[in-house]
Amino acid sequence: MFKIVKKEKLAENLYWMDIAAPLVAQKAMPGQFVILRVHDRGERIPLTIADYDRKKGIVTIIFQAVGKTTILLATKEQGGFIQDFVGPLGTESKLDGFERVLCIGGGVGIAPLYPQVKYLFQKGTHVDVILGAKSKEYIILEEQIRKVAHDVYITTDDGSYGQKGFVTDAAKALLDAGHKYDHVIAIGPLIMMKMVSKLTKEYGISTTVSMNPIMIDGTGMCGGCRVTVGGQVKYACVDGPDFDGHLVDFDEAMRRQSVYKDHEKSALDSIEHRGVCR
Amino acid sequence: MQMTHKKKKTAMPEQHPGKRKNNFDEVALGYTKEQAMEEAERCLNCKKPACVKGCPVNVRIPEFIALIKEGDFMGAAEEILKTNNLPAICGRVCPQEDQCEKMCILSKKGDSVAIGRLERFAADYYMANKPKSGNPKNPVKQKGNAPKVAVVGGGPAGLTAAADLAKCGYKVTVFEALHRMGGVLVYGIPEFRLPKRLVKQEIDALKDLGVEFMPNVVIGKTITIDELLKQGYQAVFIGTGAGLPKFMNIPGENLNGVYSANEYLTRVNLMGAYDFPKSDTPIIRGGKVAVVGGGNVAMDAARCALRLGAEKVYIVYRRSEGEMPARKEEVQHAKEEGIIFKVLTNPVEILGKDGWVTGIKCIRTKLGQQDESGRGRPIPIEGSEFVLDVDVVIMAIGTDPNPLIAKTTSGIDVQPWGGIIVDQETGQTSRKGVYAGGDAVTGAATVIQAMGAGKKAARAIDKYLKQKK
Repeated sequence: MFKIVKKEKLAENLYWMDIAAPLVAQKAMPGQFVILRVHDRGERIPLTIADYDRKKGIVTIIFQAVGKTTILLATKEQGGFIQDFVGPLGTESKLDGFERVLCIGGGVGIAPLYPQVKYLFQKGTHVDVILGAKSKEYIILEEQIRKVAHDVYITTDDGSYGQKGFVTDAAKALLDAGHKYDHVIAIGPLIMMKMVSKLTKEYGISTTVSMNPIMIDGTGMCGGCRVTVGGQVKYACVDGPDFDGHLVDFDEAMRRQSVYKDHEKSALDSIEHRGVCR
Repeated sequence: MQMTHKKKKTAMPEQHPGKRKNNFDEVALGYTKEQAMEEAERCLNCKKPACVKGCPVNVRIPEFIALIKEGDFMGAAEEILKTNNLPAICGRVCPQEDQCEKMCILSKKGDSVAIGRLERFAADYYMANKPKSGNPKNPVKQKGNAPKVAVVGGGPAGLTAAADLAKCGYKVTVFEALHRMGGVLVYGIPEFRLPKRLVKQEIDALKDLGVEFMPNVVIGKTITIDELLKQGYQAVFIGTGAGLPKFMNIPGENLNGVYSANEYLTRVNLMGAYDFPKSDTPIIRGGKVAVVGGGNVAMDAARCALRLGAEKVYIVYRRSEGEMPARKEEVQHAKEEGIIFKVLTNPVEILGKDGWVTGIKCIRTKLGQQDESGRGRPIPIEGSEFVLDVDVVIMAIGTDPNPLIAKTTSGIDVQPWGGIIVDQETGQTSRKGVYAGGDAVTGAATVIQAMGAGKKAARAIDKYLKQKK
């Protein structure tokens, strides 16, 4: 069992949790993920690590309560426990060797972007950041990111904060205004990463995206997380989760992401019928 | 007086196929006391028992069968336990027909003695009648300063090595990547062939031996083997299995509805997807399902699909039935349950619409010259393509060892295909103090072979640590 040492509601359905997991904290690197199970009959879900503190032995996860497992997770309170927590899984992000990097985070994807921004900044890389979400309250970690980034740009779909529009609009504006970057990192919904990759391809800037497909074990055993990258099948759990955005088959990834859409409805119904407290 | 010898094995009761295809309860029900004693009578108690040589862990077969004959069932089980820590499991999933029973003298003129069924009977009897867990008959006490040994992987190889090492007095910790111990016994082999309560009982028995279990630790990620050795573990046994699924690399394999057998079986067995939405893990319950492959894993996947409510389940296999690597008993059970066998058939493409599987395009094959496996090579028959309408395809064409350990451990040599290279006699890898066994070394094989390798390595580790002192 793993203790929730801190829980904070960041926005509607959006939560921050610090989990006591010293072994995971000891090894975690930007870009890696954990797999957790909330309870004994729970499913295993991957979540990208939002932060880690090796000294305190804690790993931070930030999640949106949208599916059964994340909704159940959101019902857990500070001081409570979750059943299983394993990691760090996947390959760490390759962040060395760049001079000017543009980091783009969309929605809950801002969370896993944060450790990468921090790492780059601490290595002396120039990092500009674009944060996007549907509205102001979903722009998370802004304060933390401002401390470890040079310029931060905000976009919201509804214009309630920052510039109205998508992250791609802001990125295009920066590039057209002559800002130079030798790398772009984009983490967010698949459609956002697809559009960012399309844009940066036009501008000839290498781009890394972080894939978060459905998986079970996270060690290469199930093969459920197959992603086609440059015509080759890769396992996001061991070969990724970071891939070259210009090579990822996003349309296939989006389709595969929706494979259990109908199941999700009945899973959610089952929560409502039984109540979330078990 | 010489008894007239029964040529046939005493039959074991089974659930009726029409009933069992709708439930996940065990198919084979096991002998009664009377049936066991009747079968035990068939054993000739050979002076030079060939059966024992056929067993990878050399179970004392004539001895335990003699005790069953006398009605001393607890004694029989204790005799088995001398060399086999997991008899209830082996009695169910060992391919006895290729091992002990193949060597049985009776098999020359009729059926061999049903050694597997008798082993299962004795083990089940013992489980039901032994002293309660936590109060073992012969508790093993590890001394405070006993050397620590790390076992990587909680499957059959690791559990066997752990048990033998604990019995030798070592402090053993088993690290497992998944949340539950048991490896393929819990994620792979379905409930109807191996009830999970048995695996739990065997693991509880190891806890009584003082073995410590650490689930949720991925060695190579959470901790490396180098770190384990630095942390004071004097030796390491790697039993990480062959967990990497193979695909055919044909068009359509990434369509929604295509699973590796590993994923499909893990969802069903480990995650309890058959009980969705009571359990949280979903699975696509296909109306028509094609399972590609001819091994035990393919049979398991096909029979799971049937139990999940599929109306038609096909086994698609590129050779003929005689070449199938699956146990005859499993093929027989699958057929009884109504699985449709499409042999001499090889998939060439998975067809889809809007991203979902709609069919599997296959080509008929004929067998040509023998290949390196000693079986006829399947040759496609030109123009014989046809389509099976299915909405789920499960690829059960084998697995490779997981490269994680070799990649993250210094000084471990591996074969080009990923198997860890070890000394055949000891299981020692290219690195001193680090041993390996089971599928991680051999590629996908059997539970009992993995157990045999675990035993061998445990003996070698014991010797190594005694010399080291």
